[in-house]
Amino acid sequence: MLCATSRLLAARTATALPAQPRGRGPGARCRRRELHFPGHPELPLGDFLAGRLARSSVSAGRRAILRRGRMPPAVRRGPAGSELRPRRGRCGPQVTRAVGPDVAAEPTARSPKRPARGSRRFEAAGRWTLLALVTLLAFATRFHRLDEPPHICWDETHFGKMGSYYINRTFFFDVHPPLGKMLIGLAGYLSGYDGTFLFQKPGDKYEHHNYMGMRGFCAFLGSLLVPFAYLTVLELSKSLPAALLTAALLTFDTGCLTLSQYILLDPILMFFIMAAMLSMVKYNSCADRPFSAPWWFWLSLTGINLAGALGVKFVGLFIILQVGWNTISDLWHLFGDLSLSVVTVGKHLTARILCLIVLPLTLYTATYAVHFMVLNKSGPGDGFFSSAFQARLSGNNLHNASIPEHLAYGSVITVKNVRMAMGYLHSHRHLYPEGIGARQQQVTTYLHKDYNNLWIIKKHNTNADPLDPSFPVEFVRHGDIIRLEHKETSRNLHSHYHEAPLTRKHYQVTGYGINGTGDSNDFWRIEVVNRKFGNRIKVLRSRIRLIHLVTGCVLGSSGKVLPKWGWEQLEVTCTPYLKETLNSIWNVEDHINPKLPNISLDVLQPTFPEILLESHMVMIRGNNGLKPKDNEFTSKPWHWPINYQGLRFSGINDTDFRVYLLGNPVVWWLNLLSIALYLLLGSIIAVAMQRGACLPAEVEGLSQVLLQGGGQLLLGWMLHYFPFFLMGRILYFHHYFPAMLFSSMLTGILWDTLLRLCAWSLASSSLARGIYAVGLLSLLLGTAYSFYLFHPLAYGMVGPLAQDPRSPMAGLRWLESWDF
Amino acid sequence: MLGFLKRPVVVKADINLNVVVLTAVALLSRLWQLAYPRAVVFDEVYYGQYISFYMKRIFFLDGSGPPFGHMLLALGGYLGGFDGNFLWNRIGAEYSSNVPVWSLRLLPALTGALLVPMAYQILLELGFSHCAATGAALLMLIENALITQSRLMLLESVLIFFNLLAVLSYLKFSNSQKQRPFSLSWWFWLTLTGVACSCAVGVKYVGVCTYLLVLTVAGVHAWHLIGDRTLSHVRVLCHLLARAAALLVVPALMYLLFFYVHLILVYRSGPHDQIMSSAFQASLEGGLARITQGQPLEVAFGSQVTLKNVFGKPVPCWLHSHQSTYPMIYENGRGSSHQQQVTCYPFKDVNNWWIVKDPGRHQLVVSNPPRPVRHGDVVQLVHGMTTRFLNTHDVAAPLSPHSQEVSCYVDYNISMPSQNLWRLDIVNRESDTEVWKTILSEVRLVHVNTSAVLKLSGAHLPDWGFRQLEVVGEKLSRGYHESMVWNVEEHRYGKSQEQKERELELHSPAQMDVSRNLSFMARFLELQWRMLTVRSDDSEHKYSSSPLDWITLDTSIAYWLHPRTSAQIHLLGNAVIWASAGLATLVYALLFLWYLLRRRRGIRDLPEDSWLRWVLAGALCAGGWAVNYVPFFMMEKTLFLYHYLPALAFQILLLPAVLQHVGDRLCRSPLLRSLFSGLVVAWYSCACHVFNTLRPLTYGDRSLSPSELKALRWKDSWDILIRKY
Repeated sequence: MLCATSRLLAARTATALPAQPRGRGPGARCRRRELHFPGHPELPLGDFLAGRLARSSVSAGRRAILRRGRMPPAVRRGPAGSELRPRRGRCGPQVTRAVGPDVAAEPTARSPKRPARGSRRFEAAGRWTLLALVTLLAFATRFHRLDEPPHICWDETHFGKMGSYYINRTFFFDVHPPLGKMLIGLAGYLSGYDGTFLFQKPGDKYEHHNYMGMRGFCAFLGSLLVPFAYLTVLELSKSLPAALLTAALLTFDTGCLTLSQYILLDPILMFFIMAAMLSMVKYNSCADRPFSAPWWFWLSLTGINLAGALGVKFVGLFIILQVGWNTISDLWHLFGDLSLSVVTVGKHLTARILCLIVLPLTLYTATYAVHFMVLNKSGPGDGFFSSAFQARLSGNNLHNASIPEHLAYGSVITVKNVRMAMGYLHSHRHLYPEGIGARQQQVTTYLHKDYNNLWIIKKHNTNADPLDPSFPVEFVRHGDIIRLEHKETSRNLHSHYHEAPLTRKHYQVTGYGINGTGDSNDFWRIEVVNRKFGNRIKVLRSRIRLIHLVTGCVLGSSGKVLPKWGWEQLEVTCTPYLKETLNSIWNVEDHINPKLPNISLDVLQPTFPEILLESHMVMIRGNNGLKPKDNEFTSKPWHWPINYQGLRFSGINDTDFRVYLLGNPVVWWLNLLSIALYLLLGSIIAVAMQRGACLPAEVEGLSQVLLQGGGQLLLGWMLHYFPFFLMGRILYFHHYFPAMLFSSMLTGILWDTLLRLCAWSLASSSLARGIYAVGLLSLLLGTAYSFYLFHPLAYGMVGPLAQDPRSPMAGLRWLESWDF
Repeated sequence: MLGFLKRPVVVKADINLNVVVLTAVALLSRLWQLAYPRAVVFDEVYYGQYISFYMKRIFFLDGSGPPFGHMLLALGGYLGGFDGNFLWNRIGAEYSSNVPVWSLRLLPALTGALLVPMAYQILLELGFSHCAATGAALLMLIENALITQSRLMLLESVLIFFNLLAVLSYLKFSNSQKQRPFSLSWWFWLTLTGVACSCAVGVKYVGVCTYLLVLTVAGVHAWHLIGDRTLSHVRVLCHLLARAAALLVVPALMYLLFFYVHLILVYRSGPHDQIMSSAFQASLEGGLARITQGQPLEVAFGSQVTLKNVFGKPVPCWLHSHQSTYPMIYENGRGSSHQQQVTCYPFKDVNNWWIVKDPGRHQLVVSNPPRPVRHGDVVQLVHGMTTRFLNTHDVAAPLSPHSQEVSCYVDYNISMPSQNLWRLDIVNRESDTEVWKTILSEVRLVHVNTSAVLKLSGAHLPDWGFRQLEVVGEKLSRGYHESMVWNVEEHRYGKSQEQKERELELHSPAQMDVSRNLSFMARFLELQWRMLTVRSDDSEHKYSSSPLDWITLDTSIAYWLHPRTSAQIHLLGNAVIWASAGLATLVYALLFLWYLLRRRRGIRDLPEDSWLRWVLAGALCAGGWAVNYVPFFMMEKTLFLYHYLPALAFQILLLPAVLQHVGDRLCRSPLLRSLFSGLVVAWYSCACHVFNTLRPLTYGDRSLSPSELKALRWKDSWDILIRKY
């Protein structure tokens, strides 16, 4: 039987499997989707038909097939199947699913001419071997020369550092959720890395520090992508050659390889994305026996992987959307199935809510709980968070601190903007440059703790030192007119009718005066939001506004980054628009006043949900803050699929060890072509079906795979690619890789189908077989050969640059924009 | 043939008096005292400027929308005989007598008035009763915000008009599809749909949303058509082609037409010239054309040129050098080559002149005949006034340390070898032997030794560099960027051998004669690109609001205040209509979901045709609301309440549809039904009352006392202006 032949062919091409006797039984591919190798001379009809008709929910399309009497494939689960499943157990879940049905189909699919049981078992063993080989090859490529270069490459400097922070338990801030970095930290910890390496800048040598554990962990997850993709495609298309082609594309892609070899979040992210996709596909194929153990297993595994994906980067949201879409359409079908009672549908719904919403959310929250539990020491991330949050961190000056509760004249304070990640009101001994407002001292907000954040509250009309013990303590009250004197420079917080440096419609805020003597533009009215006049002002808890007395404007921070002259701190303005926004609300954080009694701050400790919310707000702000500047080269989303430009991981000059993240151009351009071909073929088939054209049985089966399996992958590609066009933040080439995985899987399915269609249209069976085999072989070998050509990109190269004929990459710089 | 002799010619006219009366009242409400107030009201200050530009035929660039809307407004000015002489600088300024206020405001008012009968027609075409249709029209009639917006020189009412026209004509088309496809009226409505869509897009970019909605609905209908097996393949193909032509090709052509007319109308140079490329500027009358007129086209060895950066950000500037050198040591301790500075200078200056020299020869003049410079040629660039060679080398640039410094090579510094060969790379070449052309060619100068490209970094040099812009050599491999591209703006063939003579020559203006023109498509593409990328300051505005404020009408805009009394115009919606329209959308969504779920379970509450009608009404009205509202959440520009009006118009259409549905389907007994009708009447009178109460703020015709104004301030967030006497 031909489908078996084709499988064999593929097996030989990729792995030179020992020759097997030609199997006659319907292979995995022939089982469900009516996939046949074209031009098949003999159709064992009768025994399949029975099993086929026994299925209750045969779609209209399939019914049509049956009417026309085409060969239905073996049913995926006959009675024998249910007998067999428990026996095979669930020891290797993916493998069971891939192999199990085949075995299950066996007894029902027996025909008189069927070869002996032994050969079938042999075939199953072949499948196992194939999967093992694919996995082995993936691991071999990923772990080959993993230790090189022995210095920090590209973003290892961030993520390695953050791994160290976990080991050292110091608090830090990052725009990504914590799971990925926690796993890196864990891998480092388990492999004996002590967290002492500083990860200062790319190019620093690791020396004696043990970095292989972290790299090995990432490479391990990166290697698993290949078998995952293989199994996903196998499940979607039931075609071994398609799966094999996908595996080859990914194994031999230099980009995926490079990205998997370093301490980065991407391999972890892609691992969870692919795992979620695989388990979703698996659970879809369990749809005919809901609430069975494998069904629950795959459903909850999907949920777990979703939590993982979202826990590594917010990009994980896209796979959640994909699973969500799949679930909704699934539920919609169940709901429309009138043979199911509403209660059953309700059960289905509940199961999905539990496994796909409640479970992931719990896990996601749990990662944050661990994150906050582990990181309990003060570190570089403190300033990004609110004052109350900082009180949790040991080593922070607010931890276990006790400070006076109410503000009084003469208090030394720091003032923090309530909007998250805006920082403290700050001034320093630098003037605004000429041409930008008045040439007076700069006032900014600054995220880090610093002596220049200290201000003294004074009365507006006297310059007497209120800390003089002979004066009675006088509290500051809501509505008082005050003066804020900068402690280090003794200049007053000042504003006037000059435009602010960046926000032209606001007024400039400066430091003015000498030793506290200025003019009436230094007077501010202090107000507590939502309080009555005359109330005292509390440290940390009062949300205050400072209103400029003369111009009537409100002190605020615009959140815009000042140019170099302002040390890239944030702009402070006085806004004449009295709209209530968080930008113009402040709170008092540190408070020093020797004349007042101290209270403990422990009452302020925020609850876990508050911390969770706050850290998300800070992350979102941080992400939005990553904006590209004018005149800067930034990677544009349209660059990515065409492999326009790579990313330099390490090394610049001829003498350096250079690693360059660039997709294997053969693979990538094949992927690009495949998407176009897919859209063309898909729309032709869809229109033909809508017009009610009578497709031949083989084509019908192929188009089902193409439209359904391929459709899911196309959706995945679009979801992981198009949202980047809308993002304002700075983008990098490596953002495309999750989408690239989907597009490679689509390529596998498309070319398999396309070659089958080509072969089918040529009636002669031997020629058809030949074409199919040659086509697949050339694709596989072509990819492998291109990998041989481009492998120095990933494994590193030394020597002259590509323009030089002596370079290992000579003649391979096909695009001028590639930089190796 | 001569049938009319046998039978009399009979004209039967059905005149729907409902529509006539509604239109008349609408016209009255929109046109009443149209020329009042005779002062600049709110955004008229912007649109007025553009009208003046049209009247004076001066080129301008407005990033807020395509030119069709502005042209329509200008048409009013043209008909009213406006000469464009008015300084639109301040809201509230009195119009001088030469401004034809009435005719300027006429077009928005007319389109605003026509919304009323159109609402009526749309509901009829959707298959609802006359009663519901009249209701929709009456609601449109008394919506204060729509009235305010259509009585001024603003574009929202024009946009809404074209939006509704597109929907109406599509409905007419799809209704005639059932009876007589390919008939005259079928073609008419189909084409009108495309035209209206393109007009909506041409007025404001937001019109794209409605266009996409109509396209989607048309797409779904076409998909059903494909599935209709009673039609032959050829017929289906004809249907599809007709739709594609009318809904895709016609709008594209119309859109081009707007720009074509626009560029014909504004042909003189004006204040926005600087944003455009040299080639574009040269195509305008006056401005650059005057300077560049008569320049030789082909740059030859020995040519004297000025090089303008194509990217032109932060400011348009020209490659420049001057006697000063880079400081030996920068502030941060890094060293420089101490050679002559090369910068980019935003003003015309004699130091912007460079001479293109053939490295193989010593001459600095153009030979006879001139030898043109081609793509790929290696040249040296000699600074005209100082005769130094443009040079870059492996020294960190002053402000961008990752790039190479660009300097003019000074002879006495021996420590640096001269590296002054540049390869010419014409970016927009058509063939590989293309000649370097003045203005038209966009070139990159690639340094031969280091393959660095001459680039404007955009940073301002400190005092030692006179705050001019930094120019650096950037590695080619970093990718393509417009800041690396330069073009020759001024050009002449150098004649003088001696340095002194040459200096004199450089000081004298260039003169010679060739005229050149950019094709329309090139100008269109450039203009369109600039319009989309021109970045306006994210200006905060006192009356700006967020989309969430709009549904609940939590915001208002003070448009105008009488200079002496407290008569004022406010953009304020009819609170009853806004609330009930929002409620209707919610009710529609819930009912739709309910029906949909029940249908899925095989329970058909509605007969098939009324279900289809219900879905179509929802797709167009609720969908129209959603597509005109939701995108604003993703926009980063400053938003105002009036941005919500297109969405509101669709929502108002949905309101009577939902009411009729509830009355017909859900009120089963006659008692309930009459009760429901009573409620509707009471509710409508309530809306009328609100309209009447807010009327002084809508028309601004009556001065209210402070206490009356305070009473009108129903929400704290409404900024009603109260004069203190």
